[in-house]
Amino acid sequence: MAAFHFELVSPEKLLFTGNVEAVGVPGSDGDFTVMKDHAPVMTTMRPGIVDVNESGSKSLRLFVRGGFADVSSKGLTILAEQAIPLDQLKAEDVAKEIKNAEEDLADASTEDARAKAQERLDQMRELRAALGV
Amino acid sequence: MASLKDLRTRISSVKATQKITKAMQMVAAAKLRRAQSAAEAARPYSERMGAVLANVAGGMKGGGPALLAGNGKDQVHLLVVCTAERGLCGAFNSSIVRLARERINALQAQGKTVKILCVGKKGWDQLRRQYSSQIIDLIDLRAVRQLAFTDADIIAKKIIALFEAGEFDVATLFFSRFRSVIAQIPTAQQLIPAQIEGGAATASAYEYEPGEDEILATLLPRNISVQVFRALLENAASEQGARMSSMDNATRNAGEMIKKQTIVYNRTRQAQITKELIEIISGAEAL
Repeated sequence: MAAFHFELVSPEKLLFTGNVEAVGVPGSDGDFTVMKDHAPVMTTMRPGIVDVNESGSKSLRLFVRGGFADVSSKGLTILAEQAIPLDQLKAEDVAKEIKNAEEDLADASTEDARAKAQERLDQMRELRAALGV
Repeated sequence: MASLKDLRTRISSVKATQKITKAMQMVAAAKLRRAQSAAEAARPYSERMGAVLANVAGGMKGGGPALLAGNGKDQVHLLVVCTAERGLCGAFNSSIVRLARERINALQAQGKTVKILCVGKKGWDQLRRQYSSQIIDLIDLRAVRQLAFTDADIIAKKIIALFEAGEFDVATLFFSRFRSVIAQIPTAQQLIPAQIEGGAATASAYEYEPGEDEILATLLPRNISVQVFRALLENAASEQGARMSSMDNATRNAGEMIKKQTIVYNRTRQAQITKELIEIISGAEAL
């Protein structure tokens, strides 16, 4: 399988750079997988898991807390709000995120904010279910 | 003529000061290393962010949202002045303030209204003497040990909220860019309307998910947070660099002072011994 360039950056640091075969991205409108010569796309991401397939059997899974994914002819760039490798992600972190989301929902004053908070809470719950923690 | 005792206390007090400046220099050097690596680690994100933004904005038809294109006016200017929380770092704070002050005076000469948002106490101290009525707020980062993105996010949210409330038309960020330990460059950077680095890139045939407007609506506030974050990190590195070199100077000056004072002390002591000897000899001769 052909490789392409992939970069994962968070505001604090550059987490990953190199050639990979495929990356699964949790887009806000649905998951998609980027492979070589993917059509240029720019999308926002929901909290979820980025699945990086390096070469052959090597793979890396990271939790991202939303952000942007940018697919161009040069490759894929993910600008994550926050990214944590899955093996370093603790159940408490997820629980804390869910609690935050619940509080946001309770605090939301406008219809718009409420819908946004609800969406976020659903996404986090979904994530917890997927992780099985 | 100072007595021997006076000279001794003077020397020991300079020695004590030298110890303090030496310690501060070493602390600053250690902190500088950390601040520098943090600033370097944050660079890729802001670079990619700029590239992505240029890409999206390049493909935009028409003006785009207010954060990008401005609200069509430039009457009220907001200056976000980022300085340190502590002094004793050479001309670091005053050079940022000087740049801001020049801008304020230039803007006021043009008849514009100026509002100031201070980040860091030292800049506020210096600016409030002259422009206390124009300062709208002071953001204190004293409690922050390790600068995190959330700190910048809070400041950016505040700026955006002010913009949306129509409090100002143009926002400019003042901070010090870190070049090296001896060179920090005070810089002014326009935040709102967003400045696209490298001009409008060639619009590639992008697909946007969800839509172009929605992406820009999340991307632009994010970009402001990133810019503020970068400014704060650069500032932190510059501050430590400035402190390190100014404390190095202070230590060296103290060393010179000790050397001079020691010579004076030795001379005085010798003069006194000679005087005593003469007294004894002339006393013996008189017998």
